[in-house]
Amino acid sequence: MGEKTDVWQGTLALMILKTIETLGPLHGYGIARRIEQTSGNLISLNYGTLYPALLKLEQEGSIASEWGVSENNRKAKFYRLTRSGRKQLNQAAQDWEQTTAILARFLSPTEDLA
Amino acid sequence: MKRVRAWMLRLAGVFSNQQRQREMAEEIESHVEMHTEDNLRSGMNREQARRDAILKLGGVESTKQAYRERNTLPFVETFVQDLRFAIRQHTKNPGFTFTAVLMLALGMGVSVAIFGFVDAALLKPLPYRDPGRLVNVTERVALIPRARLSYLDYLDWKKLNTVFSSMDVFTEDGIALSTSTGTELVAGTRVSDGFFRTLGVTPALGRDFYPGEDSPSAAPVVMLSYSTWQKRFAGRRDVIGQAVTLSEVAATIIGVLPQDFQFAPTGQAEFWTTLRASGSCEGRRSCHNLDGIARLKDAVTVQAALADATTIARQLELQYPDTNQGQGASVLALSEMIVGGVRPILLVLLGGAGLLLLIACLNVASLLLVRSESRKREMAVRGALGASRGRLILQFITEGLVLIAGGSLLGLAFAEWAMQLLARLIPADMLAEMPYLQGFGINLHVLAFAGAIALLAAALFSITPALRLVMTEMRDGLAEGGRGSAGTLWRRFGANLVVVELAIAVVLLAGAGLLGKSFYRMLHIDLGFQPDHLATLQIAAPDSSYSKDDQAVALARQVVTRVSTLPGVTSVALGSVLPVSFNGNTTWIRFPDRPYHGEHNEVNERDVSSEYFTTLKARLLRGRYFTDPEDGSKPGVVVINQMLAKQYFPGQDPIGKKIVHYDLDPKSMREIIGVVDDIKEGPLDSEIWPAVYYPLNQAPNPYFTLVVRTSQAPQSLLPTLVSTIHQIDPNVGTSDEATMTQRINDSQTAYLHRSSAWLVGGFASLALLLGAVGLYGVIAYSVSQRTREIGVRMALGAQRGSVYRLILTEAGWLTAGGIAIGLGCSVATATLMGKLLFGVHAWDVSTLAAVVAVLAASALLASYVPAHRAASVNPLEALRAE
Repeated sequence: MGEKTDVWQGTLALMILKTIETLGPLHGYGIARRIEQTSGNLISLNYGTLYPALLKLEQEGSIASEWGVSENNRKAKFYRLTRSGRKQLNQAAQDWEQTTAILARFLSPTEDLA
Repeated sequence: MKRVRAWMLRLAGVFSNQQRQREMAEEIESHVEMHTEDNLRSGMNREQARRDAILKLGGVESTKQAYRERNTLPFVETFVQDLRFAIRQHTKNPGFTFTAVLMLALGMGVSVAIFGFVDAALLKPLPYRDPGRLVNVTERVALIPRARLSYLDYLDWKKLNTVFSSMDVFTEDGIALSTSTGTELVAGTRVSDGFFRTLGVTPALGRDFYPGEDSPSAAPVVMLSYSTWQKRFAGRRDVIGQAVTLSEVAATIIGVLPQDFQFAPTGQAEFWTTLRASGSCEGRRSCHNLDGIARLKDAVTVQAALADATTIARQLELQYPDTNQGQGASVLALSEMIVGGVRPILLVLLGGAGLLLLIACLNVASLLLVRSESRKREMAVRGALGASRGRLILQFITEGLVLIAGGSLLGLAFAEWAMQLLARLIPADMLAEMPYLQGFGINLHVLAFAGAIALLAAALFSITPALRLVMTEMRDGLAEGGRGSAGTLWRRFGANLVVVELAIAVVLLAGAGLLGKSFYRMLHIDLGFQPDHLATLQIAAPDSSYSKDDQAVALARQVVTRVSTLPGVTSVALGSVLPVSFNGNTTWIRFPDRPYHGEHNEVNERDVSSEYFTTLKARLLRGRYFTDPEDGSKPGVVVINQMLAKQYFPGQDPIGKKIVHYDLDPKSMREIIGVVDDIKEGPLDSEIWPAVYYPLNQAPNPYFTLVVRTSQAPQSLLPTLVSTIHQIDPNVGTSDEATMTQRINDSQTAYLHRSSAWLVGGFASLALLLGAVGLYGVIAYSVSQRTREIGVRMALGAQRGSVYRLILTEAGWLTAGGIAIGLGCSVATATLMGKLLFGVHAWDVSTLAAVVAVLAASALLASYVPAHRAASVNPLEALRAE
């Protein structure tokens, strides 16, 4: 197992939104596990930081929450994407792709910039 | 948008936090459980599984903390916490809180209420278009700074001036109006045609006067005041075009003035008619009956206008030396003319209220300081537990704010009540002369003022205890363990606050004493007659039946005869102008046997019946009074007052000397037959002017005042007087029935002096009370801090007497300091009040001595209680208490 990276500023929200979009309504623990799995366990996620981030997204109206029952019959709070959240996700995803594309051009040694 | 939404939710979170907290706890718990279960499935034992779950979460408490901070606004939450704590603190100490809030409310309420008056009278602009450009324009003579204009002078001024875009005149007019209860005299105003255009007032109904409608040949027209329209014409819109008979002249109603229209100089006028210059007065340049208003042209200052008017007056002096010699000009801002009279009193009252507020604030500040002393330990402990200094100061500020919020709300309520009360205490007649006070109350200005006071108080209250924190080392609070002598800061600073309080109390007491003494002096000046048991009534007979001299004389004799037979009447007289009303209605006299250079010897002219002086109980100094048979058929005679004798016949006997009108009209030649001691013709605080008293029978007039001396209460005679006059002739108008004492007591001068004396007196009593409470607080605190010291002293053999001395000396020094500073300040303040003082000096020794005595006695009383407590200390207990 190699070095684990911390979550970059601002990317956590995007990861959360994408996770919920992919899996549908999900509780905080599920989201945290899923993010770790998706990153191929490369990200060291402090689960505690997830909750303020979820609250922020909820306050901004990107996600909504609701109490429900987990797969193991446990009471848990489920988060789902709102319409505005979906829009935000699409926008952020596009921006991110663009950013990475630009960075990739800079970092690729073989590319001729001229 | 999203951000705003998030902020609003967070702000809401401050208040619904507990519910969220519970949900949060549940959510975290369920998270940990799920994680633990997963860990169990992957083979950990129970303890390990849970530990790993919590570790991965990064700690339950810190997660909750992060979540909480996100859920609310931390600084708002801190404030709300402080607020809760402050309120809890205050409710734990109801005595302190009650005292502090009450003192603040009192100071605030009084200041705000007085400011309400100041705002209505001095700050709020007059309700005219661009009121700052309006001026009052009159002539000026040596004796009278604002003398009236003659009609011909007005026409010249209007034509010749280069500074006014328009100039108009007005004059009061008594109007005889036939009503169901007989002929009533009502107030009217005659104005030149452009009067309302100059003010910038448009009628609410109908039209304004047309140019030229003030000429004698124009058809008579009238505008109604709004209240007259409502009261006498039931507010009907069809009054426009109708005719109304005013003093036997049918005038067409052309307009109704707006409801909010006001014009203080003729405050009660019901009917506004045009000038229609006529009669003997307006044809003569020497007869001054008009008051002027004008609108300044753009960029013309009042000074420039005055210079221009003075130049014109100078020209007219040269052109018409007979009539205009010595007639200068006066131009002043209209607002100055209207509220100039009440300004000094209002400012004194505002000053007094402000001082009271200051005492209240200082008292509360010193209470807060005492409390912060006693909370040294609490602060030290909280500091030791990690509270930052800023956080602790914030706590103090919040506590101060809570007090101020309570005090301000209560104070505003109190102010509203006080304003209504004070407004109700103003007599209706007086209120009519001060129309600018109409509809005053709590408005935006007043609220802003209250807000400013609250801010200042907040600053004061935050700084005082915070200072303590900044200036002392917190750990001292712990080390000292709460015992020991009073803090040095307290000694240096807190105790001195009370000196300032006492000094202010001295200033207010001295002010109240001086105003009270002025008022007393004023009511007890020698009027030159005896005002008790006199009933008075204004009478106006219609010109159609009484304009001829013999008709007027016959009416006068009939009135005297009929009224004399009424029960209780001992003596009846008639006069043109009542005493204690105004100096004015003057005439210019000269002495036929002396050289004359055109100077105007201005003297009050009063036309009185033969019984006038005996009815008033005036004092005859030389010669005799005239008799009833001395009418126009007999040689002209006159009684002069002592001032005239002194001024124009120094060292001579004036009896038998002749005086004549300045134009040497042979009919005006009179022989002086008597000298009467000076009668106060003007207001109570006015000077005595030289006066001539002509026999009414030799200068008959259908308008006069009835004066009746009775053996019973004069008040009860008034209705009978009115009905008796109407029995003689129902067309004779009457008005203003009142007793002489009523007139004097209700006169504006007496009223203003009385109310300022009472109000400042009230402020002073409150100040004394607050000052004494403050002193008591300081001494009591000092005693409580020195209990151990006193115990030691007594254990070492100090007598109770010396303990008393110890405490009383401390109080004595503070009091002496307060009195010394206060006396200095009060002489200075009283000098500023100069105009309001009557017959007393700013340094009136007896008043100041009384103030010192009162304050010293109160201070002794306030400090005796704690001194007694100190002297009763049981040394054993005092030492054991350690």
